[in-house]
Amino acid sequence: MADTEDIIEGSDDEGEPMKASEVLQKLEEAWITERMSPTLEKHHSEYVDCMLDQINQMSENLKRCKKHDFRVAIHKMEIDRIRYMISSYLRLRLEKIEKFTHYLLEKERTISDENLAILSENELEYAKGYASSIESHFQTMVLQHVPENLRNFDPGKMGVKPNLDSFVFLKVKESTPAVLIEDDSGEGRDEEVDLDEGSQHLIRYRPISHLLNSEAVTLI
Amino acid sequence: MLADKVLELIRELERSKDGQMSTFNEDAIRLVLEEMNTLFEQNQQDVNATVAGDVRFFSGVHLRHAALERNKRCLLAYLYNRLERIREMRWEFGSILPGYIRATMCEPEIQWFNKYNKTLATYMRSLGEGNGLDLTQDIKPPKNLYIEVRCLQDYGEFEIEEGDTVVLQKNTTHYLLMAHCQHLIRQGILEHVE
Repeated sequence: MADTEDIIEGSDDEGEPMKASEVLQKLEEAWITERMSPTLEKHHSEYVDCMLDQINQMSENLKRCKKHDFRVAIHKMEIDRIRYMISSYLRLRLEKIEKFTHYLLEKERTISDENLAILSENELEYAKGYASSIESHFQTMVLQHVPENLRNFDPGKMGVKPNLDSFVFLKVKESTPAVLIEDDSGEGRDEEVDLDEGSQHLIRYRPISHLLNSEAVTLI
Repeated sequence: MLADKVLELIRELERSKDGQMSTFNEDAIRLVLEEMNTLFEQNQQDVNATVAGDVRFFSGVHLRHAALERNKRCLLAYLYNRLERIREMRWEFGSILPGYIRATMCEPEIQWFNKYNKTLATYMRSLGEGNGLDLTQDIKPPKNLYIEVRCLQDYGEFEIEEGDTVVLQKNTTHYLLMAHCQHLIRQGILEHVE
């Protein structure tokens, strides 16, 4: 499709320009991974911004086309699909942010490398606003009326945390030898697994979470 | 019975699980808070006695403290679960809630709803480098560009694309662009005919 084939300035680390169709594919992977992951993944707002920009441009281009050109309908459908994917992806992220607010804010504080940030700037704002609104609601309704020694609110104790030991299906994009799978029953039967390119595995989330960040695997 | 009242609140949540809101139970909350204060005062007395050297009351203090903690936890759970439900309604009904739902909420909850609205709106506006994207649209994956809709109530003229308008009258059916009439479907003015 002519509109999506336009080469655009990529946001890759190496500074290589990416094609819009590649960005779309990356975004699709991020979307599926986000759906299957028990916790929140690294944010990809660069892809989101890029695709939103693309569909805006496509809509602009379409306005110049003749009204009864049959290609218009196909392009519009394409735009609708992309927009649905982006919305669904961002909605999923918001749901997780709301569920694990305190856990994620706490985790975000410990991350110093900007490239590994889980929350985008806007999402961080959102999470903070959400957390403080809930807390102040607790304060006005209950906490300020209870005896003094119970007035503190400890989100670490009561907040919901994601279950990082749940199992996920994954597909390997880059061969990664000797991934250490620790024995969680504490009997020391650790194992090493070779992840070959193209293979699929059912595996506990925790040992492979770092591979998701380096994009060596995707969840399916 | 000790710490019994608060269980009622939790049961209430459980009963209204199918997405319905029960009325905010202010009375029960007040009773629980009163019970907590009484427990606390009794504990103060016994603690003083324990400090003075009398160890007989020690287990009583523990028991009451556990009851206090439990009450607090349950109260917060009640509040939190209601907020979660209110949040769902924001996504379902949009930024203005129908009156019958507002009636079940207490004033601080309405304030919270407004705050949530604001946070969400700020976030959605900031998407796409400031162009904004309404995330409450496109809930279902698109199957067709156009969908057949039936009018459930008189709406009047509705503008579709570049000055074309249709008149939406009750019981008429139309073939419209889905992107245009989504919000009318969610407001209950149109119905999607499969």
